[in-house]
Amino acid sequence: METKEPKEKKEKVPRQKMPEQDPQKRVRNFEEVPLGFSEQTAMLEAQRCIQCKKPSCVGGCPVDVKIPQFIKQIVEGNFIEAGKTLKETNSLPAVCGRVCPQEDQCEKACILGKKGEPVAIGRLERFAADYERSTGKVTVPPKVKANSKKIAIVGAGPAGLTIAGDLVKLGYDVTIFEALHKAGGVLIYGIPEFRLPKAVVEAEVEYLRKLGVKIETNFVIGRTKTIDELFAEGYDAVFIGVGAGAPVFMNIPGENLSSIYSANEYLTRSNLMKAYLFPEYDTPIVRGKRVAVIGGGNVAMDSVRTALRLGAEKAMIIYRRTDVEMPARKEEVHHAQEEGVEFLMLTNPVEYIGNAAGWVTGVKCIKMELGGPDASGRKSPIPIKGSEFVIDVDTVVVAVGTMANPIVPATTPGLATSKRGYIITKDESGLTSREGIYAGGDIVTGSATVILAMGAGRKAANAIHDYLSKK
Amino acid sequence: MEGAVDSLFFYDYRRETLNKIIEKKDLSEKVVRMVLEAPLIAQKRKAGQFIILKVDEKGERIPLTIVDSDAQAGTITIIFQVVGKTTAVMAKMKAGDTIQDVQGPLGNPTEIKNYGRVVCIGGGVGVGVVYPLTAALKKAGNEVISIIGSRTKDLLILEKEMGAISDRLIVATDDGSYGFHGFVSQVLQEMIDKGEKIDRVFAIGPVPMMKVISDVTRPQGIKTIVSLNSIMVDATGMCGACRVSVAGKTKFTCVDGPEFDGHEVDFKLLADRLKMYCDQERQAYEQHKCGCDGN
Ligand SMILES: Cc1cc2nc3c(=O)[nH]c(=O)nc-3n(C[C@H](O)[C@H](O)[C@H](O)COP(=O)(O)OP(=O)(O)OC[C@H]3O[C@@H](n4cnc5c(N)ncnc54)[C@H](O)[C@@H]3O)c2cc1C
Ligand code: SF4
Ligand code: FES
Repeated sequence: METKEPKEKKEKVPRQKMPEQDPQKRVRNFEEVPLGFSEQTAMLEAQRCIQCKKPSCVGGCPVDVKIPQFIKQIVEGNFIEAGKTLKETNSLPAVCGRVCPQEDQCEKACILGKKGEPVAIGRLERFAADYERSTGKVTVPPKVKANSKKIAIVGAGPAGLTIAGDLVKLGYDVTIFEALHKAGGVLIYGIPEFRLPKAVVEAEVEYLRKLGVKIETNFVIGRTKTIDELFAEGYDAVFIGVGAGAPVFMNIPGENLSSIYSANEYLTRSNLMKAYLFPEYDTPIVRGKRVAVIGGGNVAMDSVRTALRLGAEKAMIIYRRTDVEMPARKEEVHHAQEEGVEFLMLTNPVEYIGNAAGWVTGVKCIKMELGGPDASGRKSPIPIKGSEFVIDVDTVVVAVGTMANPIVPATTPGLATSKRGYIITKDESGLTSREGIYAGGDIVTGSATVILAMGAGRKAANAIHDYLSKK
Repeated sequence: MEGAVDSLFFYDYRRETLNKIIEKKDLSEKVVRMVLEAPLIAQKRKAGQFIILKVDEKGERIPLTIVDSDAQAGTITIIFQVVGKTTAVMAKMKAGDTIQDVQGPLGNPTEIKNYGRVVCIGGGVGVGVVYPLTAALKKAGNEVISIIGSRTKDLLILEKEMGAISDRLIVATDDGSYGFHGFVSQVLQEMIDKGEKIDRVFAIGPVPMMKVISDVTRPQGIKTIVSLNSIMVDATGMCGACRVSVAGKTKFTCVDGPEFDGHEVDFKLLADRLKMYCDQERQAYEQHKCGCDGN
């Protein structure tokens, strides 16, 4: 890891802060919270990069973005070129610049982080990608000669979009089949507007269309057509990237009361269906005044911050461990705190209380304490006997995880899955137990990240290209 | 390459006619029958399955049972009652218009077998839903007795069609304006009281009707299948909006149903959850009377 780096010659510039919407104001709107770097700030930040010969940051990036190169182009003011460099390896840079956990990836590996603060790689990535989009100078690489091979991609999430982009650039005839009426997967139905504007995702999808990717929405594989029917129609290979979208509930009494949502439903109503704009949009959502969100991950943070924006006076996170174990990104927790979210740690719901009309009115919780490490290596929470208490609520969002959606595995004979329903792949190529069928993203790994799903799409693209080139 | 023109390049030919309204007919004051161009769904669809549709960009996703399909013509038929904004908008559409999004076929098909003597019961717009499975049950060799009902004569739908596929058809109206004066459940109760042999009951309609039918058949242990009309969003098992309690376990209507054993369904929970958005629905469509009373 340690390499001899050139001496820092430039004057010491501190890591540039991201300008953000004021918490008081933003908590009542759905506009994006971080506002993005200006050209000046971006160039200033980019100058902090010392252009390592063996850049460790790249090793921390699951898709090997040419980090020092694109940063250098920003230093030089070649913003458009920087955007192009990003797109060479990352088909969704405007998305990644916003939602990747850079603190665990490229920025964690950045050499400057050893002594001080790492280069703000994510913010620069966002800057370059946004610049390209906002100036309308999005260019499409020249068309390669089409080959006659047809690829079907199931699911238009980050995994599916990535592999589609890669294979269409190699000349394949690529069609994505997406169950919902809009492409994007979690990017469009799950992650809220204030963290990832839908216009950004739509622009990325439009780019793929321009590359020649066909997208069939409202097409549920396993229902509208099965994978075997796709093969019968002449598809040469299939990639499954259907995600892990099925919500998990805790199976405690009262969980089906009205106004108790899964995070998926709550976020889908708000984001995909734009219920926050009701009645301009037709889909309703309960605008709770006292909202409890169960869970401590990013999905819980997105839900609780959505609740605030929908008008909650009190928005709470109920989590059974402590903030140390909380899986959400620090930045998101910080944003939530700034916006006035209350955190009830070491607390776990045991029952929901409802009124005669079947609406939730309270959540009975029990206090927890931490014991020895469990299977996940985190300290396991143990209930404290007799510590039950009731919190008054009018809305609850359950964000304790998701699992594999069974429709595709159930309708594809011979497709091996794990005990928990995830698709088993042979290795990094994504090859499943059936010839010609590859899989990647959350449906293989369980809930992970956008960039890991994209990485899986990239690897499967290479594997499919190998497979079909030999065939 | 710039501009929007090149996206036309990859325009899918199928899109042009997809989801077009081929035919539209008012069955009663508030009930509409529509034939839609949806070739893929028409090919695949089996009795008991449904679609999700979204009328336009700002529309809501709503589930509707596929009443009939024609694989050759590539069409499906739906029947809906005007109960909210989406259905009100649809009621104003004309042949030639298109519905923006149609997804399906969804849900599990009805288990069609020769059970012997079956009673198919439809209430209100539920007659439209019970019709396809009645036809399939008849085709499978069952002796079919159908009981259909509505509040009043003018709201009765598909009487002729149901008559054509039933060995016996009984009509009931709540106000006695036509046929038996009373509820469909009373007709069934009388049959049971007379000791008529019944091997299985299929009951589809408003929640209170399905509940009462299930109560009527429970003492004799006559298996009773009901089709639940839960609120849905994605209809592929990803949100849990449609969850119901069956035999004490949580099930998702869209992927585990829509048909369940009526003796095991928690109808109160279903009725309560159906009321969740009444206030907003009213706001969105002032004039309408939404399904808030369980209809
Ligand atoms: C609320 C939320 C916030 C998140 N925040 C972050 C974050 O900040 N950073 C981060 O890196 N990760 C985040 N994640 C995780 C990340 O979004 C996922 O890991 C990633 O989207 C997985 O990509 P995927 O392509 O595997 O699947 P998905 O994005 O789930 O896409 C799967 C697609 O397949 C479709 N599909 C499913 N079944 C079928 C079928 N039978 N036929 C056709 N199509 C089908 C689905 O409709 C969907 O569009 C978040 C997740 C959630 C839910
Ligand atoms: S971002 Fe950090 S690790 Fe990467 S090249 Fe620049 S200074 Fe080196
Ligand atoms: S409608 Fe979303 S899970 Fe059934």
